[in-house]
Amino acid sequence: MEILVCVKRVPDTEENEIEINSDGNDIERDDLVYSVNEWDNYAVEEAIQMVDKAGGSVTVVTVGDEEAEEVLRREMAMGAENGILLDDEAFEGSDGRGIARALKGVIEKGNYDLIMTGAQADAGAAQVGGMLAAMLDLPYASLVNSIEVIDDKKLKVGREIEGGNQEMNEIELPCVLSIQTGINEPRYVGIRGIRKVASVDIPTHSASDLGIGADEIGEGAARLKKVDYFVPESGEGAEMLEGSTEEIAEKMIEILKAKGGLK
Amino acid sequence: MAQIFAYIEHKDGVADDSALELVSAAKKIDAGADVNALVVGSGVDGLCNDMAASYKEVWKIDKDDVAYPNAEIIRGMLLNILPGDAIVLFPHDTFGMDLSPGLSVKMDSPFASDVVDFEGTDGSDLKMIRQEFGGQVSTHVKADISSGAVITVRPGVFEPDESKSAGGSVVDKTGDAGDVATKRKFLEVVVAEIGDVDITKSEVLVSIGRGIEEEDNIEIAQELAEAMGADVSCSRPIVDAKWLEKSRQVGTSGQTVKPKVYMAMGISGSFQHLGGIKGNPYIIAVNKNPKAPIFQVADIGVVADILEFMPELTEKIKEAS
Ligand SMILES: Cc1cc2nc3c(=O)[nH]c(=O)nc-3n(C[C@H](O)[C@H](O)[C@H](O)COP(=O)(O)OP(=O)(O)OC[C@H]3O[C@@H](n4cnc5c(N)ncnc54)[C@H](O)[C@@H]3O)c2cc1C
Ligand SMILES: Nc1ncnc2c1ncn2[C@@H]1O[C@H](COP(=O)(O)O)[C@@H](O)[C@H]1O
Repeated sequence: MEILVCVKRVPDTEENEIEINSDGNDIERDDLVYSVNEWDNYAVEEAIQMVDKAGGSVTVVTVGDEEAEEVLRREMAMGAENGILLDDEAFEGSDGRGIARALKGVIEKGNYDLIMTGAQADAGAAQVGGMLAAMLDLPYASLVNSIEVIDDKKLKVGREIEGGNQEMNEIELPCVLSIQTGINEPRYVGIRGIRKVASVDIPTHSASDLGIGADEIGEGAARLKKVDYFVPESGEGAEMLEGSTEEIAEKMIEILKAKGGLK
Repeated sequence: MAQIFAYIEHKDGVADDSALELVSAAKKIDAGADVNALVVGSGVDGLCNDMAASYKEVWKIDKDDVAYPNAEIIRGMLLNILPGDAIVLFPHDTFGMDLSPGLSVKMDSPFASDVVDFEGTDGSDLKMIRQEFGGQVSTHVKADISSGAVITVRPGVFEPDESKSAGGSVVDKTGDAGDVATKRKFLEVVVAEIGDVDITKSEVLVSIGRGIEEEDNIEIAQELAEAMGADVSCSRPIVDAKWLEKSRQVGTSGQTVKPKVYMAMGISGSFQHLGGIKGNPYIIAVNKNPKAPIFQVADIGVVADILEFMPELTEKIKEAS
């Protein structure tokens, strides 16, 4: 099975406090620690496990600048055989549809049985997978948390729905799946693993390589335009307890007693 | 302005809470707009009549093959009936996420997901608010909606419109919706397993998030919970890591809890997590990031490392009793 996994390089929210830049038109990107989008890492792990069982290969692709190569290499160190970088100034400022259009371009150049995305990335949009499927006229299932290969034409996939219930579906290949966290336990990759793939060639494509018109991507083509970033006035917000840890703990015990939080 | 349509999710003949929230959302887009409902299912007459109290027209698709809401089929049917310039609203939940991005592509309309507020129009641009990075920052976004739009609206942010004064009518669109072939067949729903504790019944919860950092540290929370007479619950990443069982997960894809006191320890406060906390509990949040969104909803907050704070609190509770 030939599997393509779409991955995005995102600021790691575990390592950073996200703040707005002085112009208010982006987050402050200096000194941010980046990593691969959490959901995408699960997708890559799933793809690798499927290929381990059924044969084939995993390709990871990202739309980003040259720095995005590091996430491709990280996922290749996990076991993805190939990486593809879609890097072109023309992609900058794309909305979800522009990103999906770019990915469609690379998919049409290949021959994939299965395309995976993460359920959502840093902007919480949860859109690229579904858009991509519609553009390619392929069946789609979102929030997939289990995959079983029935045969070379069909998969049985579980979708995570409300309450932690699981909706089972049979879906024909080729298809697009967006992957939910928890579907597997992504393997650990160390520095050494990444070094091993450091010299593997990663082909880079521009928009014109993929036959994508300037009017289909980038800021100009974005149908959803970002005006600015702001921090909302937080209603009342929490009353913050201050003092030494000891003092705070004592205050909290009083509050817990009053609110029925201690038995 | 074009017509606004709200997709009504329902189960066992009862509309989801989002059904009346979307009335408010639509009015916030345009107070004067005609707002219609889309009701798709099998045997939905009763529901359609209920919805007619709140929506001008209720467009009904009543067919066996959508007895279960298979997004792939329903997307095709909606494409067959919706005017090209419709503004279509869905709740931003697992169904809305499944159906709507593809619908926007097929309708060639702009798409905005997980919108938390509308701020009116500027010419043909609709101004909206979204959040990024798990609610740590917000953005104003805009889209030209003159040729329609597909928008998912965050559940729970708009007050349900209970006025029920629309005096609407039901329009049967089943014929126009047609037969839609699908390459994704619904099989069954597997219901989540019940675990060793039922956190939906707990009065006091010590809930841990990714801030617990390591599996071995879970003990620290268990000791605090024991000292308090509370149960341990958690956010999703703890379950994803298999550190606690799924039945302890609070949130839209986990359990809905209604405790008196909820201690959010190292939890950022994503809307999917908060969506599982009901009944207006007293929320105490401890987080090392003073800007964590959880502090916006908590009653009491402490900026601290939970790995240091929790043992201290446990000690003090033991001393006091
Ligand atoms: C369809 C869907 C359904 C979902 N359903 C759920 C659900 O049911 N429940 C759920 O919880 N999530 C759910 N999620 C995931 C959700 O979007 C968030 O990713 C998740 O809630 C984040 O969990 P968290 O707050 O523990 O982790 P993070 O967002 O990573 O936050 C960790 C917090 O801990 C703080 N911290 C770190 N170390 C320390 C320390 N030592 N001391 C104190 N504070 C510290 C950090 O400042 C941060 O605020 C769902 C997502 C999707 C897409
Ligand atoms: N720049 C990108 N490059 C490659 N894939 C992306 C990119 N942005 C988003 N995706 C994919 O789309 C998924 C959903 O992201 P989003 O729709 O932006 O929330 C991600 O998990 C990725 O798989």
